[in-house]
Amino acid sequence: MGNAKLWGLKKSPWVFHVAAASCNNCDIEILDLITPRWDVERFGIVLVGSPRHADALLVTGVLNRKNLPRVLRVYEQTPKPCLVIGIGSCTCHTHMFESSYNVVGPYDKYLPVDVYIPGCPPKPEAMILGIVKALKRL
Amino acid sequence: MRRVVPIGPYHPLQEEPEFFKLIVEGEKVVDLEINIGYNHRGHEFISPTLTWDQVPFLVERICGICSDSHPYAYVLAVEDCAHITAPPRAQYIRTIVAELERIHSHYLWLGLAGHFIGYNTVWMWVWRYREPLLDLFELIMGNRNHYAINKIGGARRDILQEDHPKIEKYLDLLEEKNKMFTSAILDDPVILARLENVGILSNEEAIAYGVLGPTARGSGYAIDVRKDDPFDAYDKVDWNMIAFPEGDVLAKAKVRLIECFESIKIVRQCLKDMPDGPIESRVDEIPPGEGIGRHEAPRGEVFHYVRSDGSNKPIRHKVRAPSYMNIASNVVAVKGYSIADAALVLAAVDPCYCCTDRTMVYENGKRKYSGQDLLRLSHEKTEKIRRRYRK
Repeated sequence: MGNAKLWGLKKSPWVFHVAAASCNNCDIEILDLITPRWDVERFGIVLVGSPRHADALLVTGVLNRKNLPRVLRVYEQTPKPCLVIGIGSCTCHTHMFESSYNVVGPYDKYLPVDVYIPGCPPKPEAMILGIVKALKRL
Repeated sequence: MRRVVPIGPYHPLQEEPEFFKLIVEGEKVVDLEINIGYNHRGHEFISPTLTWDQVPFLVERICGICSDSHPYAYVLAVEDCAHITAPPRAQYIRTIVAELERIHSHYLWLGLAGHFIGYNTVWMWVWRYREPLLDLFELIMGNRNHYAINKIGGARRDILQEDHPKIEKYLDLLEEKNKMFTSAILDDPVILARLENVGILSNEEAIAYGVLGPTARGSGYAIDVRKDDPFDAYDKVDWNMIAFPEGDVLAKAKVRLIECFESIKIVRQCLKDMPDGPIESRVDEIPPGEGIGRHEAPRGEVFHYVRSDGSNKPIRHKVRAPSYMNIASNVVAVKGYSIADAALVLAAVDPCYCCTDRTMVYENGKRKYSGQDLLRLSHEKTEKIRRRYRK
């Protein structure tokens, strides 16, 4: 059963987009991915409306005190095995918000992130490359 | 019977985390509660820890869509504080970038509005023609978003003469396509049925809630910083303020679509009239004092306030973003319409939660500071700063 799930995940990953405290730019670039120029739906990558339907989580932005429990809840709701793909410099470390009182720290303290895609915001090509790398790891 | 429909904080409708509580009677929305703050990162706190020249990069990351507006307002504030003006060429460059950004932001909203009413053709179509604009940004400024064009006392990058034809070519394409969108969207019976007479915000309510930008202009409240308090090149070019009196979602869409034509007009004139010369003036130090900067972002007026004590860092930096007022007006705009319309009405003001989010301190389940406490703390701090100045 586990193998079947992994096989399905590899062929057509359904992704759910979790914006923690992001500046919107990575989110907009993720939406850009499904519009005509990049069109990742041709690879079977579909943006879904619920974490319960998702195979992978695209996380953007830093974690703060208010959204940390919500992001963890979304992660718990996602069926395992799932991929967590961190998009943008904010997910790689805390970017320029490190000294803020409301930012709780980097992602890897709370979540197992599979792939980090640096850039502010990363270009859509970089995001596609990151997702491909994450799928190759399976 | 009243029931509650919770939306958020993570939901497929909007990209950012926010929480709406729709209180409904059957299909009809009777009340709305808005809970924001999931996106608070504390920019005003981080800003005094950075030097004057580093802060534009920070305020740029308040919001990725208006990533020119915040640094623009900030550099205007610092220039006001230091009594310097940018050289004419830099002023034109900044104006061009601000207007290109307005087109990109309005297209983004238009596409998402199509998505919200379930008309994905509009979304794909509009975003297809937004894509060359991002290429243009990459060409001029080196990044698709987060342009970093604003600098205290000037602009960071020049728009080269050899790039002018490329910009002109894109503007021609855009003008043609914008005409197509305007006629296609305003003629489509499906879109009209969803947008017309939905989410009406009357003129009085718009003034009472202090809404700004296209939301205000869609309610017949003609307010625009570019006309009311012109800065940089805005009083040297010819353009019109667009306002419609209806107040529904269609009026807001019309304002945004026709504003794109005006932006194209402004960019064309700026490219033609752009004088030669340096793109930045020398800034040695920021003297003690305070300054304000106002800029018309795609969503409304952005206001920045800075205070300097003569050191290399701002000691106070205050940001006021337009979405904070615009989102509050949803409470009246959404009342009386069906749940299906609520999705569109909540998005009609082009909400930007990352600009907006504020924070509150809770201790043992109780709010630590009330509004009065915060006011008192603010007065005390101002008094402290003032005493330091008087010495």
